[in-house]
Amino acid sequence: MSLRGPLRVFVPVVLALTVGGLILLVLGKDPIGYYSYVMERSLLRWGGAQETLTRMAPLLLIAAGLIVAFRSGIWNLGGDGQFLLAAVASAALAPALIGGVPRGVTLVLCMLAGSLVGLVWSLLPAVLKSRYGINEIITTLMMSFLGTSFANVLIKLVLRDPGTTVPQTRSLAVDDRLPRLFGTTIHSGLLLAMLAVVGVHLMMTRTAFGLRLQVLGANRAAAVHAGYRVERLTIAAFALSAALIGLAGAVEVLGVWGSVRADWNPALGLLVVPLVFLARFNGYAVIGFTLFFSALMVGGESAARRVGVPQHFVLVLVALLLLFLGLVEYLDQGRRKAAGT
Amino acid sequence: MGGLLTEPFLVSLLYGAVTAGMPLLLAGLGEQMSEKAGVLNIGLEGMMLVGAYTGFVAAYHSGSFWLGYLAGGLGGMLTALIVLLLCIRRGLNQIVIGIAITVGAEGLTSLLHYVQFSRSYPRLAAAPVLALPLLRDVPVLGRGLFSHNLLVYLAVALVFALSWMYRSTYLGLSLEAAGNQPAALDAAGVDVVHTRSLAVLCTGFLAGLGGAYLANVGAGIFVPFMTGGAGVIGIVLAMLARGRPLMVMVGAALFGASLAMTTALQVAGIDIPTDVVQMLPFAVVMAVLVVFGRHSMLPSALGTPYTRGER
Amino acid sequence: MSIVAALSGITKRYPGVVALDAVSLEFHAGEVHVLLGENGAGKSTLVSVLAGMQQPDEGTVIIGGNPLRIASPRHSIQLGIGTVFQRPSLVLSLTVIENLMLGGSWLRRLARAAALRRFRELATLLGTHLDPDAPLAGLSLGEQQQVEIMRALWRDAKLLLLDEPTSMLTPQGVADLGRMMRNLRDRGVALILITHKLGEAYEFGDRISVLRLGKVAGGIDPEALVAMEESGRTATIIRLMFGLEAGEAATTAGGHAAELAILLGRKIHGPAVVDRSQPPVLRVREASTRAEFAETPLRKVSFELWSSEVLGIAGVDGNGQKHLAEMIAGQRAVHGGALELGGIDITQGGVPERRGRGVRYVTDDRLGEGTVGALPVATNLVLKEVGAPPWWHHGITDWAAIHAHARVLIERNDIRTPSALTPAGKLSGGNVQKVLLARELDAEARVAILNKPTHGLDLHNQRLALDRIGTAAARGVALLVISTDLDELIEISDRIGVMFGGRLAGIVDNDAGAIDRVRRLMTGAGAT
Repeated sequence: MSLRGPLRVFVPVVLALTVGGLILLVLGKDPIGYYSYVMERSLLRWGGAQETLTRMAPLLLIAAGLIVAFRSGIWNLGGDGQFLLAAVASAALAPALIGGVPRGVTLVLCMLAGSLVGLVWSLLPAVLKSRYGINEIITTLMMSFLGTSFANVLIKLVLRDPGTTVPQTRSLAVDDRLPRLFGTTIHSGLLLAMLAVVGVHLMMTRTAFGLRLQVLGANRAAAVHAGYRVERLTIAAFALSAALIGLAGAVEVLGVWGSVRADWNPALGLLVVPLVFLARFNGYAVIGFTLFFSALMVGGESAARRVGVPQHFVLVLVALLLLFLGLVEYLDQGRRKAAGT
Repeated sequence: MGGLLTEPFLVSLLYGAVTAGMPLLLAGLGEQMSEKAGVLNIGLEGMMLVGAYTGFVAAYHSGSFWLGYLAGGLGGMLTALIVLLLCIRRGLNQIVIGIAITVGAEGLTSLLHYVQFSRSYPRLAAAPVLALPLLRDVPVLGRGLFSHNLLVYLAVALVFALSWMYRSTYLGLSLEAAGNQPAALDAAGVDVVHTRSLAVLCTGFLAGLGGAYLANVGAGIFVPFMTGGAGVIGIVLAMLARGRPLMVMVGAALFGASLAMTTALQVAGIDIPTDVVQMLPFAVVMAVLVVFGRHSMLPSALGTPYTRGER
Repeated sequence: MSIVAALSGITKRYPGVVALDAVSLEFHAGEVHVLLGENGAGKSTLVSVLAGMQQPDEGTVIIGGNPLRIASPRHSIQLGIGTVFQRPSLVLSLTVIENLMLGGSWLRRLARAAALRRFRELATLLGTHLDPDAPLAGLSLGEQQQVEIMRALWRDAKLLLLDEPTSMLTPQGVADLGRMMRNLRDRGVALILITHKLGEAYEFGDRISVLRLGKVAGGIDPEALVAMEESGRTATIIRLMFGLEAGEAATTAGGHAAELAILLGRKIHGPAVVDRSQPPVLRVREASTRAEFAETPLRKVSFELWSSEVLGIAGVDGNGQKHLAEMIAGQRAVHGGALELGGIDITQGGVPERRGRGVRYVTDDRLGEGTVGALPVATNLVLKEVGAPPWWHHGITDWAAIHAHARVLIERNDIRTPSALTPAGKLSGGNVQKVLLARELDAEARVAILNKPTHGLDLHNQRLALDRIGTAAARGVALLVISTDLDELIEISDRIGVMFGGRLAGIVDNDAGAIDRVRRLMTGAGAT
């Protein structure tokens, strides 16, 4: 008997929420009150639900990028740098273009620019890995630190809006940002993100390119043996991954903020890694986990004010979820082994 | 640029480099031991953060810096216990559990800090300084390098002790074997799980100690998320140092100096965005990799769990 | 002779399998005890139990008259048991002497002087000439195995287990190993030798036991072994291995035994079917490859290969065979020289181009590069066709077609797998090789390179693999078979080439005197 499908996710979620609740109890907080407040605030209220869905857009795009990389056996942990530089690039480009070309063209160009910047920022690790076999965990992490600082340098020294006191880029007017969906506050970046995740999933599971990447990820020597162009595949996987993460940065700026402030770093790159693992690199499952996580974030932030539980408690829940998911998977494997299948 | 070579600037740069480099050194040395033994400890950041928190709380309540260090080390070790139980004993994915540890530590320490101190950030007294006799009188270097907390000198001694240990003891050989060909170690009658467990617990202790130093000596306060990537830099240092403790120290000095440069420049009254300086060490390392980088010599069994009789 | 160790009623169960079922055996001092049996008969589990890697569910090991359980590898070493495992278990990044020193108590300083003394003692005993400070990565497989044997004997082993020690060795290496085993036997060490090769069992063994399905099926004791003819020994062993009644001929029984008997009796590949009046299919002219770390590159290799021909490639491991195979397959670039296939120059171009022209390669690294263990059998069967019709249209995968194709191949090649969707990594070694043979020896194959096609397989699967080679040759495929097993090459080849130091030292016709000429070539001496 083994845990299948939804149950395999459901059990760890319940365990994580239970243990999280116990922690709250120990700290003298009311877990039931907290959970019900979070759920009501982020999912049941229309305003909160819109906020939750809006939050999902960049997370989903980053997840799509990470799925491509991880399935190809590439540990792209440099998402933050790729995301921020892309955000800065599109934030710099949008106000400059908007006067000259139509809004639609501006937005598309900015998103392309964001993807391109993300991609470019991954090229060095990609080449170092494919040519010299240099571990991409180190190089992407370093490029990420480098990119985060570089983004700040650009904002402070090059792109600074002279009209503001806090260093930030020039702002894109609210009306010029990504169009809203059906009269809600949710911007169309969410649709794009959903398409990206589903597209990546289909690409990985139903195309020759996706299968080559999977072979590369599972056994590089086999990819060489089978005659795939391993160097090119590695660089392609890196580029696609970073471009999607760059797109996330562009979408977040064009859809929500309109500009980038100095020292702004939502650090989503590393936060999405656990979600992608929780979903076991599956595109459909990642949508569910992203929704769950966004809801926790949105609810958790206002719970800090209302219920007196700091918003970072959400991180504890994510960590517990990861631990329990790993544990359940392990126990499940053990049981299947014992059953002799 | 003549203004840069003043004594106050140089002292503040050297002093700051040591203070900022210490947590990186300790964490990097710790990570190096795990990696040698074949365990990729992505949760290093989390171990540092827990160490910073427990170390601060212990020092705050006891008033003793040594109890703070001890508590920090033990806190990190306790966190490393998760890696030991789930990854080494049970073979769960080291990257997943590592990220869980970091994310969980960020959440848990800020939660606990909030519950204890609400929104206030109490400060510790300045850490006791041991100025080394004779050396302390050397101009610039005396105040920059030889007037630090005792832990700093111990950490430097540790670098050499570890170098010796890796080279000249059976433990050093065992760690090397556990990382490169665990089956060989097992066949030689040494328990791979024990070897790796020891390495990971040491990693936790050193990372926690580094965190405690960061909070108690470097900052004097605990702030949630205060490690701010120090653990990640520790991982990078360990990977780049390829098993040599001395190289970890060189790397920690480089990164420490660039972190300290910011403050030192302020002392010198020069206004360059801190970000420019902070980019330097990463840019230097990337450049080194591009020019000299060939194969990164990481242990071949890094990140893979060992189960008897399986490949 | 005194009994050094004995097993009494050892039972070891794994989920769904009884690996050892009440096994009782005795191991005598000064005797080489050979264990035979098909894969899965329990030989390796028996080694694991004695080496302390696994603990039995029931039964005891009796050493020096005391019944006990061997709790760990360390305990096993302390009891005077030394083990040479089937899988290499040395640290490549350490030197010879460092590998031998592994296992001392942690906090002590390395006792190098004492270790060197012990090293010289054992080197004299075994007659080896190794540099104690040589990095292990630079040693040949045969030399590495000498280090393994030293390691096993390091703490005065009274019982030495050798689990398929000859599978990676050259004929010279096997002969050296035989000499070492006799040295040790004469000093009163009890040896356990596990092998798949009956010839080695007769040559080195004093006593033979046969395991079948986890039980001791029977054996031949020293007196009987000396008295019997080789054919009688083989008949007895086959009977025991497959559980036949005395007097029952293997050919009349069902299943594996019958198949094996037929395979053993069948001439795999008859000579003189090659028509050399036609132009050759493959022509290799002065082809070289570029050197890489710890690998021997090819130096100006030239030969021709005809349709239906089996060209055996003999040679000590590491003399450029791997580069030869990879170069022809397109996996490794040609640096100087030329390759022609059916008169067309194919020097440029990688695996896809060569494969498109009918070049096939069955690698010896079946799990490392031949298959992707995590992916299903079905995917592995089309691994080298990814993106090509009929399974891909404009890059889109037609999974239904791939699975249907897999089911056909699984059926036709008798691949034992729960389903086409089972990850290839879960299959047994023999079945993984069947997957590779099915993928490579397809209808469009014109030239096939097989690198150590029988390595690591049990007798039954060895014969099956050789049979496939014969069938392919009969169909007109030109075959290049690389092997370190000379008997095998003699059996199936039309001609035998010998690799030495990256060169093709010579090619000899496979006739009566072939074996001596090949042996001479293997040592680097010229032909004739």
